[in-house]
Amino acid sequence: MSSSKAVVILCLLALPAWAAGPNLGVPVSPNDIKAWDIDIAPNGDGLPPGRGNAIQGADLYAQACRSCHGKTGQAGAADELVGGVGSLATPDAERTAGSFWPYAPKLFDYIRRAMPWDHPGSLSNDQVYAVTAWILAQNGIIAPDTVMDSDRLPKVRMPNRGGFFVEPRDRY
Amino acid sequence: MTDQSDRRINRRSVLAGGTAALLPLTVKADPLVVPDWSRVPGARLTPYGQPSPREALTTRSVAPLFGDIAPGIEAAFTPLERLEGVITPNGLHFARTHGGVPDIDPSQHRLLVHGKVGRNLTFSMEALARYPLVTRTCFIECSGNSFQHSLSQPRQMELGLTHGLFSTAEWTGVPLSILLEEAQIDPSATWLLAEGADSDAMSRSLPVAKAVKDCFVALYQNGERLRPEQGYPIRLIVPGWQGNLHIKWLRRLKAMDGPSHTRDETSRYSLLMSDGTAREFPFEMPVKSLIARPSYGQTLPGSGRYEISGLAWTGSGRIDGVEISIDGGKSWVSTRLDATPQEYIPVRFRYSWTWNGRPTILQSRARDTQGNLQPSHAQWKALYHPTQRFHCNAIQSWSIDEEGEIENVFL
Ligand code: HEC
Repeated sequence: MSSSKAVVILCLLALPAWAAGPNLGVPVSPNDIKAWDIDIAPNGDGLPPGRGNAIQGADLYAQACRSCHGKTGQAGAADELVGGVGSLATPDAERTAGSFWPYAPKLFDYIRRAMPWDHPGSLSNDQVYAVTAWILAQNGIIAPDTVMDSDRLPKVRMPNRGGFFVEPRDRY
Repeated sequence: MTDQSDRRINRRSVLAGGTAALLPLTVKADPLVVPDWSRVPGARLTPYGQPSPREALTTRSVAPLFGDIAPGIEAAFTPLERLEGVITPNGLHFARTHGGVPDIDPSQHRLLVHGKVGRNLTFSMEALARYPLVTRTCFIECSGNSFQHSLSQPRQMELGLTHGLFSTAEWTGVPLSILLEEAQIDPSATWLLAEGADSDAMSRSLPVAKAVKDCFVALYQNGERLRPEQGYPIRLIVPGWQGNLHIKWLRRLKAMDGPSHTRDETSRYSLLMSDGTAREFPFEMPVKSLIARPSYGQTLPGSGRYEISGLAWTGSGRIDGVEISIDGGKSWVSTRLDATPQEYIPVRFRYSWTWNGRPTILQSRARDTQGNLQPSHAQWKALYHPTQRFHCNAIQSWSIDEEGEIENVFL
């Protein structure tokens, strides 16, 4: 960590004189970037107010997701969202939102930014919490009546939380 | 001097041993006539020149990856077997989309730099064009390139369909270091989140150390403004690293104190191992080489002399040499390179080969200055989980039969 910080500072200091920019960036207030500042950190930072559970999510899933992801989150035309927990070390590894994703808040992040594929950004925050809860419950990770919100979603421990590693040369 | 030329003469006579190589000289050419196109003035010029209609086969293959349910998730493959040199023409540069190609009005588009910075800044496209620009030739390779090559049985398809999510262009743009300095990036910010303005808001995490070393916001590709499929009006260039990091239609850079672990760096573009763990952030694209000529779909018309030609590149250092085998890997000889290899610029390799008309297998393998050597197909498969499809850099083997027909084989 500290060595990469040193590199950054060095590179910034080492900018040749010609590389000084014309300073044409226009300051923008934190309030005015809200519509774009949509990413959720793996620890849940950035999660908005709102709440929902899998029971509420089931209806929404049937309306907004099932046509592409299948009735139960499996065997649809698009990515499987359910199943495969414990399968990764077997020859038939199934990488799904339940079996492979390491951080539950990133499900909220991705669904809100990109899904439903044909109408991204159309769900309310409550709806995103509810459908996220449905995917987690369908995978047996939470109970169907457990409410997900900005406090509880980061506390969900995904089955593959410890499943990723970074090689030394890729560490920054 | 004499030593060298002697050797060259010797080798030539040995390779040309059969009479077949000399045959063309004994065939009589037709008498030359002045054709019609030389007898009347030709066509008028057009504002934007197009390829000859006679080269209509030199196009990309476009594959919808989810059929009708998500028509904007596609891959367009560069026809590597039909191109020469190292630069890919702009219209043939590969493209991979996750939410279609957005129709962006550059006068309204903005780049936002925010997060752990002294001040949040937006940049208009006119403003960016006034910054000091850098130009760099580099390849971009999709992390899922050579997907077909990662399977357990070889598929018979043109080189471009197997390995064509790989292209090279000269890119021109604004160094990230200048923009980050202007925004007064905080020393505690070690990562950036880069995000696109496409409908799925593609996002990836990028270490600041790489960003300030050699990354830039490209406005131009091979001298002209980016094409919509390549991220118009701006895209990120992250030399040598996973293609997916070269965020197109770039709208946002957020300085952070750690990676964001986005869907496309965990669920996608991580490398699954046999034990079920996955390598996250395998940034550098591994060393690779491909024989483009001859390759599947081409036929050798008979024994004789042929020039083998192909491409080699690496995301780790520079190409250190490319060897070729004309006997299925029993022996390897070095090839002639068109240019001195440079970081992130693919190099064209060539080898003058005389085919004796008997079945054989052609292979190429590249080495880079970081000491990486391309593995055989079997060695590559052994490194990962059997369903792992990304970053496949296994040696490509072309089997040639007596008829001169070429087949893709795994060794
Ligand atoms: C029109 C079809 C369609 C609809 C409707 C749709 N999706 Fe998707 N979804 C896709 C496609 C296609 C992908 C793969 C995207 C890609 O690879 O870029 C995907 C990917 C995903 C992923 C990532 C899976 C992974 O493991 O990486 C999640 C999670 C997801 N969708 C959730 C949802 C939810 C929740 C809904 C309903 C609110 C929904 N989707 C509606 C087509 C759809």
